[in-house]
Amino acid sequence: MDAVIDAHNISKVYNPDTIPVYAVNNVHLHLNRGDFAALVGPSGSGKTTLLNIIGGLDIPSDGWVEINGVNITGLPPNRLIDFRLHNIGFVFQAFNLIPVLTARENVEFIMLLQKRPKKEREARVRELLTAVGLEDKMDIRPAQLSGGQQQRVAVARALASKPQFVLADEPTANLDSQSATALLDIMEKLNREAGMTFLFSTHDRRVIDRARRVSTLVDGRVTKDEPGTTPSTTA
Amino acid sequence: MLLKLAWRNIWRNRHRSLITMSAIGSAVLLAIVTVSLQQGVFDNLVKNLVSLYTGYVQVHGKGYWEEQTLENSFSINDTVCQTVLQTPGVRHITLRLESFALASSGDKTRGCLVVGIDPVAEDTITHLSSKISAGRMLQPTDEAALVAQGLTAKLGLQLADTLVLLTQGYFGSTAAMKVVIGGVLHFGSPELNDRIAYVPLALAQHWLDAAGRATSLVVGLERAQNLPAVAGALKKAMPGDLETLTWKEMMPEITQHIEADTAGMYIMLGVLYLVISFGIFSTLLMMLAERQREFGMLNALGMPLHAIARVVFAETIFLTLCGCLLGIALSYPVVWYLTRHPIELGGDMADIYERFGFEAIFPAIIKAKIFTDQAITVLLIGLLLAVYPIIRVLRLKAVEAMRK
Repeated sequence: MDAVIDAHNISKVYNPDTIPVYAVNNVHLHLNRGDFAALVGPSGSGKTTLLNIIGGLDIPSDGWVEINGVNITGLPPNRLIDFRLHNIGFVFQAFNLIPVLTARENVEFIMLLQKRPKKEREARVRELLTAVGLEDKMDIRPAQLSGGQQQRVAVARALASKPQFVLADEPTANLDSQSATALLDIMEKLNREAGMTFLFSTHDRRVIDRARRVSTLVDGRVTKDEPGTTPSTTA
Repeated sequence: MLLKLAWRNIWRNRHRSLITMSAIGSAVLLAIVTVSLQQGVFDNLVKNLVSLYTGYVQVHGKGYWEEQTLENSFSINDTVCQTVLQTPGVRHITLRLESFALASSGDKTRGCLVVGIDPVAEDTITHLSSKISAGRMLQPTDEAALVAQGLTAKLGLQLADTLVLLTQGYFGSTAAMKVVIGGVLHFGSPELNDRIAYVPLALAQHWLDAAGRATSLVVGLERAQNLPAVAGALKKAMPGDLETLTWKEMMPEITQHIEADTAGMYIMLGVLYLVISFGIFSTLLMMLAERQREFGMLNALGMPLHAIARVVFAETIFLTLCGCLLGIALSYPVVWYLTRHPIELGGDMADIYERFGFEAIFPAIIKAKIFTDQAITVLLIGLLLAVYPIIRVLRLKAVEAMRK
């Protein structure tokens, strides 16, 4: 299979000189194109830290991450930002959208940063917002959208840059059951039909049930993998 | 898009932004009105003391201004007069023969300045006829005087009464003459109003036994802004026995007063802007604190920190610019009104002003530079205050910011 994410020996240690606290401890993770995977575990298990490291938002204390064969751990900060812009889509738990921009502008914003032509931006915004079922909410600001609708806009925005994969940190945590189901339906459809790779950090049963790969983190270590995943811890 | 984002961000907290803009606007309003009033007062002062009497430039016999006696008068020379008249920027000239004298009527005597003038030429420069409150303007051959209102009052005289003038002539002999008061003058400046009398130049020369002589050649300019160029040209062109002085050189105390008052005003404006700066800065700090997560999210998505900093910078500029425009929009009608309805001082304040020879009024002046100067000042403050948020944004770490 075609590897998208290769995380090697990832550790993240806080207070290394006093009382070291391992947020992530010697984790290997290998994700193939088209995976629909979940990192699960209780609060404080290191899910978000690992996701941030894979997304190039945080630097590991040890180990490195390769995205499509590019070692992003060694990239200088400016190149890393540019790499994120062109290769990684993010969906956060909350505070996801720019409140002063409409749904259309939020999705278009990423493509503006990528300096894509106007025609292409307009076409893609329409395509993505239609795909997430918000074609009639394009000119509405986030405050006028429900939580579920906001997360769907966030998914559309994450895909706007045509990324290699999407990292979603607790995307359903603040949603009611119906909205969460609708959101997961959309992401699953995008995965199935467009082959988009998704990696979730979650402890939401609804997400775990749909994931085709589940890696369980406890105290920073991967303790369990569902069948089909690459062996994940050497500890 | 970045500018659109910045503009919309300002209005996220509408009340706070409006309060900040109002504070900036009030400061700009206060600053513009203060500067307009002060420059208006100074212009009025120059108009009263300079335009009305000294003119912008005078040519004298060497040493006359230091020792104002007839001995330092000069012989009227057509070549000199023509040279001055032909200097670019000069519109009119007039000759004067001045002498301090005792003015007497009955048992009342007062010291005064008697000025021999060419009535027609004098009027083109100082518009003396416009100050006549009773009687008529002098004719060159009249044997009459125009006397300031305050002086006539102190001597108990009226129009058509006779005034006795007594002084020392050019050759040291006593010079005395009787003149009829042909007109009464009213000056805004109390200094002039209490002690000046005009007679025709020929009469003064005869009275003082100084035929063909003058103490000053007063120069009227096409525009006040021509002063430095005209003064420079005349200083070069005049023969060695004559000196050329600008009004600033003749009355350095006025220049010093203007400079001191201007410095005081700028200190006051500095304090005002300092207070406003804290207001703007606190708004920026609150905005920065509230949006840490958002900045982190934007950076995580791939927005470079310098682009986020540009948005923050644009927000600061928009905020200060809006406040500034508000201040200008509010101040223009106020200044316009004050140009037409000057503030009239009363009581002790009026006395103090009159003692210094100023009219006790505060007229404003409308000059584009006053408005643009304040706008630039506020924008510079905005630029300066934007430095801190920009530094904070440039040091931002996306993960840490999103945790806040």
